Amino acid sequence: MTDFAIRTENLTKHFGRGKELVRAVEGLSLEIAPGEVFGLLGPNGAGKTTTIRMLGALIAPTGGWAEVAGHVIGRADAEVRRKVGILTETPGMYDSLSAERNLAFFAALYGVADIPGQVEKYLRMLGLWSRRDDEVGEFSKGMRQKLAIARALLHEPPVLYLDEPTAGLDPEAARLVRDFIAELGKEGRTIILCTHNLDEADRLCDRVGVFKTRLLALDAPANLRRQLFGRMVVFHLAAAEPRFAEALQGFGFIQKVEALDTKLLVTLDDPEAHNPALIRRLVEAGAEIRFVGEARRSLEEVYLRLMQNDEVNNG
Amino acid sequence: MDKVWVIIRKEWAEVFKNKFVLFTVAFMPLLFTAIPLVILYTMRSASPEEALGLGEIPPEFALVCGDLAGAACAQFVIVSQFLMLFLLMPVIIPVTIASYSIVGEKRTRTLEPLLATPISTLELLAGKALGAALPAVIVTWGAYALFVAGALLVTGNPALAGLLLKPLWLLAIAVVGPLLAVAAVSMAVMVSSRVNDPRVAEQVSALVMLPVLGFFMAQTFGLITINQTLILWLALLLLAVDAGLLALAIQLFQRETILTRWK
Repeated sequence: MTDFAIRTENLTKHFGRGKELVRAVEGLSLEIAPGEVFGLLGPNGAGKTTTIRMLGALIAPTGGWAEVAGHVIGRADAEVRRKVGILTETPGMYDSLSAERNLAFFAALYGVADIPGQVEKYLRMLGLWSRRDDEVGEFSKGMRQKLAIARALLHEPPVLYLDEPTAGLDPEAARLVRDFIAELGKEGRTIILCTHNLDEADRLCDRVGVFKTRLLALDAPANLRRQLFGRMVVFHLAAAEPRFAEALQGFGFIQKVEALDTKLLVTLDDPEAHNPALIRRLVEAGAEIRFVGEARRSLEEVYLRLMQNDEVNNG
Repeated sequence: MDKVWVIIRKEWAEVFKNKFVLFTVAFMPLLFTAIPLVILYTMRSASPEEALGLGEIPPEFALVCGDLAGAACAQFVIVSQFLMLFLLMPVIIPVTIASYSIVGEKRTRTLEPLLATPISTLELLAGKALGAALPAVIVTWGAYALFVAGALLVTGNPALAGLLLKPLWLLAIAVVGPLLAVAAVSMAVMVSSRVNDPRVAEQVSALVMLPVLGFFMAQTFGLITINQTLILWLALLLLAVDAGLLALAIQLFQRETILTRWK
């Protein structure tokens, strides 16, 4: 039993050559544990889909090495495909065939033993059982997406790649798909989630990799927030007085103090350890503290900061 | 082999839902069967000289006629000219289906999920090729059976119908026809995997018919005489061509190029 569901080392993919050389993925090194939900975030053209295709043994790397579910890419591609379920960017279903026929076709190609049983299981799970005989051409975008998710799961793969699973879905359908992904994560499947929806990644992913041809950052969303922005404590005061902010100036552990109306925003590393001292100092200065909370930076802010840093670093 | 069959059944389920495709598959064989039967019917009362437009039946015709003489021989000689129609059928019928096979998957965006399964390129292409070739072969055989029965009915001459069941015809229909169908669909599937527009695929694939049409014209103008030996050589040549085309199709089916260059 391998310690990692997915492991890559210096994984690289270039297209073309000479003046037409495109560096799609550059030196990607990753280790993803079994049962982990991993978010791959990045702008369009960052190489996310190329990475997914390499890890699904659909295209070959031009450099480096990758192992998925215990099988090395390039050496046991059919085995990798058997162990992986892919939700592609577009659902890609046969419009003239029924939902049931579509799934039965793919289940047969994956060598599923109990095809009717598996097809029924996932059609019911995704709320499509009553529409099983309808042609997929009559389905809404959300229903097609759910059907494509069912297809990715038919052969019970331990590893799942989901490329933009909620793109273009209405809020209700997106919520349903998100809840379903969360359930899959709890089942112990390893999931790589490619998404532009950073709130979604924040909610679903144990760790995220911010990616733009190469990996810019890799950690749990909370850790990335801390690394990039520190933590921000918000003191809600009864009145706004400049002296309250001045009273906090002497503390070496404070990175930044901002006054915003009756709020004091204090950036520091370890609020649990330092908050009592801050509260004491503010009370001594005559402040009436009504509430203390922590402002949460969004993953979007983290992402944008990383992209800005990358642009600055690379001109 | 299981996966090949899975692909074939899917192809049929998809293709035969399209009534226009069904029509094109059924119409042309019926037409090709009706034409020689109508000619046979109109020649019933003609003298051999009138039928052939010749002063008298040439001696080489007498050789192929066997026990048939006079008008019956002339009828058989004329009908023999249409053997090539039954070899054209398995080439023409599947080309539309086969030329759409891969490019159609690209257009509907089903190719990537399909290639993400553990199917090999050989299984995929064999499934696509056989999915198009088998209906064409079955329809051709059906049309041939109809033709033999129709010839018996129209001429009322069992000896003439019997000549249509000679080894030359059986070899051509049972062996050369299917081999031609495989060559045509292998070519069409290969073209289909290299282009992005189904119309281009169909146009280029239609070129496969040219050698068969060439044979048809050469026979019509008396440049060649189709006999058992020629058919046997043709069968052997086609066997090699089929194997070569399938190998080339697999070689040219670059999964990566197809996935990354298709937008």
